[in-house]
Amino acid sequence: MSGKENKKNSSRRKFLKTGITAGISAAAGLTVGGTLAGKAVAGSGRKVKALTTDGKVIEMDEAMVEGSAAESRHVPMTIGRKESMEGLPNRKFVMVVDLAKCKNARACVDACQQGHYLPKDHEWIRVYYMKDSPRTAPYWFPRPCFHCDSPMCVSVCPVGATYKRTDGIVLVDTHRCIGCKFCMTGCPYSARVFHWKEPDVEQPDVPYSPETNVPAVEGTVGKCVWCADNLRKNKLPRCVSACPMGVIYFGDMVEDSVSNGTETVRLSKLLEDRAGYRFKEELGTNPGVYYLPPSNRSFSVESGFEGHEEEIRQRYEKHVKKYNSKK
Amino acid sequence: MNDIALQNKLLAKFKPFLESTSTRWYIVLVILVAIFAWGISGLVHQITGGHIVTGMRDNVVWGVYIVNFIFFMGLSYAGALVSGVLHLLNSEWRKPIIRMAELVTVISLMIGPFFIFFCIGRLDRLHYLFIHPRIQSPISWDVIGISTDLIGCFIYLYLSFIEDFAILRDQQSINLPRWRQKVYKFLALGYTGTPTQKKIIHTSRTIMSAMIIAIAIIVYSVLAWIFGVTLQPGWDSTIFGPYFVIAAIFSGSGLMIILMWIFRRIYGLEEFITKKHFVNMGVLLLIVAAFYGYFTFCDYLTKWYGSVKINAELINKLFSEFNWMFIFANYIGIIIPIVIVGIPQFRTIRNITIGAVIAVVALWVNRYIIVIPTLETPFLPIQDSRVDWLNYAPTWVEWSLTAAGIAIFIILFKLVSKFLPIISFSEMSHADYRQLKILE
Repeated sequence: MSGKENKKNSSRRKFLKTGITAGISAAAGLTVGGTLAGKAVAGSGRKVKALTTDGKVIEMDEAMVEGSAAESRHVPMTIGRKESMEGLPNRKFVMVVDLAKCKNARACVDACQQGHYLPKDHEWIRVYYMKDSPRTAPYWFPRPCFHCDSPMCVSVCPVGATYKRTDGIVLVDTHRCIGCKFCMTGCPYSARVFHWKEPDVEQPDVPYSPETNVPAVEGTVGKCVWCADNLRKNKLPRCVSACPMGVIYFGDMVEDSVSNGTETVRLSKLLEDRAGYRFKEELGTNPGVYYLPPSNRSFSVESGFEGHEEEIRQRYEKHVKKYNSKK
Repeated sequence: MNDIALQNKLLAKFKPFLESTSTRWYIVLVILVAIFAWGISGLVHQITGGHIVTGMRDNVVWGVYIVNFIFFMGLSYAGALVSGVLHLLNSEWRKPIIRMAELVTVISLMIGPFFIFFCIGRLDRLHYLFIHPRIQSPISWDVIGISTDLIGCFIYLYLSFIEDFAILRDQQSINLPRWRQKVYKFLALGYTGTPTQKKIIHTSRTIMSAMIIAIAIIVYSVLAWIFGVTLQPGWDSTIFGPYFVIAAIFSGSGLMIILMWIFRRIYGLEEFITKKHFVNMGVLLLIVAAFYGYFTFCDYLTKWYGSVKINAELINKLFSEFNWMFIFANYIGIIIPIVIVGIPQFRTIRNITIGAVIAVVALWVNRYIIVIPTLETPFLPIQDSRVDWLNYAPTWVEWSLTAAGIAIFIILFKLVSKFLPIISFSEMSHADYRQLKILE
């Protein structure tokens, strides 16, 4: 019992340390992406930033840092189906999306598509233009996979191609998936996409892992994986570190902390202060993604239409009209 | 008329069809095979090009294929109804149409699942359904249910064939090639018509007819639950199990009337399939149509009356974009058969058949507007600039495979009816089971 608790405590320290590191380095003007999304090296020889007790950011060898990928985890070269079914120990991941800050910059979408070699059609994270009722204001609504605690998609899969891990992540094994698309009708959030054709983005020559779904397989289902590969290396998901507004927070319920790459905050306090909620709570799927209402917004909702290709703007035309007419 | 005389009469009737094959038969067959081959080329195109060649996209992930799947599975109810229910009720008039009904069941059960296969992205992994099954998934229930149903119906069909195989083996009046005689001999399993054999066949048929009804209800309910268990608006309905079962019986009895009309014309069976059969089947269709209409009304009334936003959106869609389909499927398709059969002056063989055609086509459309509009109404709005991602429209590949499904249905019917008479000899001349007991 006490041993387990110790383990928990030490892992909390590790997480906080990495989280704060990320925060400080960004504050110091260094790119978060550079720190968090660097190349994975199992072993030492790699410099990482760390926070000393007197508040200085120093660089040191990764292997010397307690909790770093090199020190604490024996990351196998490839995470196969079996390894990918086990969640990271003592973790329960959570995401918080601050709707007040989102201006449809689509950096999350781009980073995700690049990181997972996705075709243009495949948006694992999608930004919706929403308006809840005639008199309320419209807002931008980024929707990743909710990694539900009672996932419909997992329930209905006939071959066990999609599964829920102990750390909360729901994955799809595209080497098991038969492409019946039942999970796509099961998911009430349209979070899943289908490879209707051979992906038109060149796939890297890497061993397949259900944690990345790379290389993509035609005729199978894909969806947001919360960058399980990054989490294994103690890095934030790509959408989180890519967002220029710091809209998306990611963290651990066990630690009760979430980070958007620039600041690390207590999850419970954030949800309390900002009246966090989950989308369509009444469906009972228990999403792992929380939303903060779009109050005191930093940007006008119209700014979200700017700077995009015609195709992106056209997407929202119908709903802009619809929402305006329902005044 | 005694048994032997009736048998001889039937043999004489079917002699030309069993003995020789007309040019017309071949021409029709060639056309059907061509349609089927065209469908196969569509399938090859789909497998090589990916599912992008269909009209299905990320929102409407199931299209005409799944509609055809439910539709063909529904047709299989013809057998469960005519041979199952009517067998248990011991209705005499059903005898000339039993063989047809059982054939419809087995053939449509064989074709239906193929439409699910067309829907599957990785056909090469189809066997995963058996080697990695998850019993929590309604699809696994379906795999178990459909295979049980298929095996059960096949056994039932074969049981009814045995006596006819024996008759064909023993008869002298029809000139058959030697290989066919050998096949009949083999398939008759040494049946000679002893009282014990008769009793065994009769008992097993009675048991199977009861079982088939149960299995059919389970299978079609499971099929309905594929939709019913989801959270989607329009699908998440407790009524779906019984609603689908009734709809299946509706289409099954409709198809029976159509087939009765076709075979009556082709084989000149006016003597055996009479107006009485059409009226009786028509009345069955009427009763089922009334139930089916009632279920449809219940389902849509509750969705329409309530104020749940997503349901309102769905109903809105049904009454705008799908308005004509809705009117055809749920008003015309139900009211016309009821009016035709319900008013005695309208009850001609031709009218009843027209009513049945409308019923069957309307039921297909009804399945379409159950599947498609729901998928076009997800909880999160579809925000897309591409037309084909907004609204589903089947492509030529999907229509070709649909046509191929109908073609192979007719081809199989043609082939079987070439090999065996479409009216069961043995059944026609069968002594009632109760009489058999007295004889012992």
